Amino acid sequence: MFVRLVYESFRRQKRRKILAGAAITLGVTVATAMIAVATDIGDKINLELRTIGANLVVTPQEDSLDLEIGGVNLKPPTDGAFLSEADLPKIKGIFWHNNIVGFAPILPMSAVIQHDGKPQDVTLTGTYFSKKVSFGNEDFVTGAKTLYPWWKVLGAWPDDNSRDVLIGERLAAKLNEKPGNTISISGRQLRIEGILSTGGAEDDEVIAPLSLAQEILGKPDAVKRVYVSALTKPEDAFARRDPKSLSGAIYDRWYCTPYPQAIALQLTEAMSHSHAEQIRQVAQNEGAVLTRIEGLIFLITLAALFASGLAVSAAMATAIFERRAEVGLMKALGAGKLAVASVFFAEAALMALIGGSVGFGIGSALAHQIGHSIFNSQISISPVLLPVILAIAVIVTFAGSAMAIRRAVSLDPVFALRGEL
Amino acid sequence: MSHQARDLAASRAHAPHTSMFLRMLVRAAVLRRGRATSALFAMVVAAAVATAMLNLYVDVQAKLQREFRNYGANIILVGKDGASLPAGTLSQVDSALAGRGIAAPFGLVVARTSDGQPIVVAGADFDRVKQLDRWWSVSAWPSTENPHLSQNQGEVGHPVLVGVRALPLVSPKNQPFDLSFQGRTLHVTPAGTVQTGAAEDSRIYVSLADFISWTGVQPSTIEVAASGSATEVAAVMTQLAQTIPAADVRPVRQIMEGEARVLGKTRATLLAAAALIILTAALCVLSTLMGWVFDRRRDFAIMKALGASERLLNGFFAAEAAALGATGAVIGFLFGIGIAAWIGRANFHAPVVPRLGVLPIVLAGSMAVTLISAILPISLLRRVQPAVILRGE
Repeated sequence: MFVRLVYESFRRQKRRKILAGAAITLGVTVATAMIAVATDIGDKINLELRTIGANLVVTPQEDSLDLEIGGVNLKPPTDGAFLSEADLPKIKGIFWHNNIVGFAPILPMSAVIQHDGKPQDVTLTGTYFSKKVSFGNEDFVTGAKTLYPWWKVLGAWPDDNSRDVLIGERLAAKLNEKPGNTISISGRQLRIEGILSTGGAEDDEVIAPLSLAQEILGKPDAVKRVYVSALTKPEDAFARRDPKSLSGAIYDRWYCTPYPQAIALQLTEAMSHSHAEQIRQVAQNEGAVLTRIEGLIFLITLAALFASGLAVSAAMATAIFERRAEVGLMKALGAGKLAVASVFFAEAALMALIGGSVGFGIGSALAHQIGHSIFNSQISISPVLLPVILAIAVIVTFAGSAMAIRRAVSLDPVFALRGEL
Repeated sequence: MSHQARDLAASRAHAPHTSMFLRMLVRAAVLRRGRATSALFAMVVAAAVATAMLNLYVDVQAKLQREFRNYGANIILVGKDGASLPAGTLSQVDSALAGRGIAAPFGLVVARTSDGQPIVVAGADFDRVKQLDRWWSVSAWPSTENPHLSQNQGEVGHPVLVGVRALPLVSPKNQPFDLSFQGRTLHVTPAGTVQTGAAEDSRIYVSLADFISWTGVQPSTIEVAASGSATEVAAVMTQLAQTIPAADVRPVRQIMEGEARVLGKTRATLLAAAALIILTAALCVLSTLMGWVFDRRRDFAIMKALGASERLLNGFFAAEAAALGATGAVIGFLFGIGIAAWIGRANFHAPVVPRLGVLPIVLAGSMAVTLISAILPISLLRRVQPAVILRGE
C-alpha cells in the first residue's frame, strides 16, 4: 500500500513532481559545478601564476659573487663554478616531479659582434628554447618558450640543435638587423632567426641555443644557472622551519609537501654541487594571491550552496502545500501522522536521489565547460563526490520539506478537505 | 442630510478604484501573512545574493590588483644608454604618480673590498624599498632615523644591508669593513642581511645619501609600482615618458602580463559563479511566487465573477508583484552589501565598497522576475471559466 501510494503519486502528479524535481536538479547542478570549480581553482590559478616566470633558481654551490648590474654580468664568464647540463633531466626525477612546470638553463657570457667592421661587446646567453629532454621513459619539452610566456619573438624561435640565434629588440635596432640576416659573433657566422622582445635585460642581448654557447665559451656541459618553475603550496610557519631540526615523521611531512623550500631542497639533492633557492619576489607573492583567490571562491561556493539549498526547500514546501487536500483525505481515511509523513519523506528522498544524480551529471558537464572556456583545461570531478552530493541533496530536501510536512499533517482534515486554510 | 449623502456619493464616485485597489493589495498581504512572508523572504535572499555577487564582481579587480602590487615594480625608469638620471627625477616621478603608487630609486656601482674583490654596491632609499619590495627577507633594516650615529666614524661605520651570499666574503664575523670606489673609501658596518634569491643576494646596500656622497653617482634606475588597472598604469607610463625625457620608461611585462591573466581568469570564474547563483536564486523566487499566485486562483475567480476586467486583474497582480519585488530588492540590497563587506573583510582584509550602481540593476531584475512569476500563472488561469475554478476543479 505504501509503495503503491508513492508510485501512484509520481504517476498521477507528473507536473508537480517535474517542477520540484527540476528545482532539486538545478540546485544540485549548481552545487556540483561550484564544488568542482572551488576544489580545482587553486591548481588552475597556480598554473596561471606560473606565467610570471620561474620561482626557483639553482646555482652552483661554490660560486663566486655575481657582478650583475642591469642584467649585465660584469664577471669574467669563465670565472666561478658551473652546473652540469647532464644533471638537468634529473629535475624531472625528484619527488615532486609532476609539479615541475618547466625549467631553463642559462649560460651567459660576453661576446664580440663585428658590426660594420667595428667590434662591439654584447652579452650572449645560451638557453633551451623548446628542448626535448628525457628522464627514464618520460619525454618532456621545456625551455624559455614555456617558462617565459611574455617573451615575444618576431620571426621564429630557433631550433635548439641549430646554430641560429635570437637578438634582443634594442640590440637589433642599434645594429639595424632583421630576421634572416647573418651576424658575426666571436668569429662565427650566425643566422638571426628572430627578434626577441621581453621588456627586460634580454632586449640588449643575443640569445643562443645552449650547445652553441657552450662551444663559444669552450666549456661543454656547462650551465651557470637553472631557472625552475614549480607549482608550490603557499608557505606557512611549518614550511619555514629548518629541515635539519626536524625529526623522522615530521621531516617526511615537510619533505613531502610541495613548499618552495622542500622543492628547493630536492633540487639541490638532485643536481651535484648545486644550491637551489626560491626567488622570493615570485614565490612569496604567489602564495598570497593564491590564498586570496581560493578564499574568495570558497566563500562564493558557500553562497551557492546556500542559494541552491534554499531553492530546493522553497520548491518542496510549495509542492507539499499544494497537496493539503490529499493529506486531509488520507487522515480522514484513518492514516496516522507518521504514515502521512513517511509517504512524503519517501517521495522527497526518491526525488532527491533522482534529481541529485541528474544534477550531478549536468553539474559535472558544466564544471567541465567552465574549465574548458576559462582555463583551457579540464576541471575533473571525482566520482567519490557523487554519494556526498546525493547525501547533501537528501538532507536539504528533507530539511526543506520538514516544515511543510509538519504543517500538513497537523491540519484538521475537515478544513483541509473543504479547501480552507 | 442629503447634502452629506451627496458628498459621500461624490467622493465615492471620484476615488473608488484606487482605494479599493490599495485595500485589496494590503489585505492580500495581511490575510495570507505566511505565504506572503515566505515569498518576500525568497525575494530578499535572491536580491541579497545577487547584490553581493555583483558587488564582489565589480570590486574584486581592485582588491586583487592591490595584492599584485606586492610583486613590486611594474614600471622601470632607466637613464637612456645607461646614463644616470638627473637629480630631480625622483620628485618628478612622485608628482606624476600623485599617490597612485610608490617609486624607489637605485644607484649601482662596482666597488672593491679591502682585499681587492669586486662587489656590486647599491644605493637605496630603505624606507621606500621596504614598501616596494615586500618580499625582501631582511634580518634588520639599517636605521635611517639616527644619521648621527652613522656619522660617528671610527669603529661604527655607515650601517649597510649585506646580501646573504656576499656576507661570508666581506664580513664573515659581522665585523665592520671597508669599500673603495675610485680611490674613495667608505667604512661600513653590516646592520642586517637581505635574502631574495635573486641578484640582490650578491650585493651590498647602502643608504642613498651615503651612496651619492661617497661615489658622486646619481641613481640610474627608478622602480615604480603604479596602482590601478592596466589602462591606468599605461596612462602613468605615458605621463612619465613625457615629463622625464631623459629616462627610458619600460613596463615590467613579466608582472603586467601575469597579473592581467590571473585577473581575467578570476573575474571570468566569478562571473560564471555569479550567473549560476543569480539564476538559482531567481528560479527559487519564480517557483515560490508562482505557487503563491496559483494558490489564489479562488480570489482570481471571485474577482472575475464579480465583474473585474482583464486589465484590472492583470494590474492587480502586476502591482502586487512589483511591490513585492521592490521591497525585496531594497531589503536584499542592504543584506547583500553586508555580505559583500563581510567577504571582503574575511578574505581581503579590506571591506568591499558598496556600489550604489548595483541597486538599479538588482531592483529591475527583481521586479522583472516577480512580474514574470505573477503574469505566467495569470495568463494560464485567464482561459479558465471562473465557475470551474470556484467549483474547485
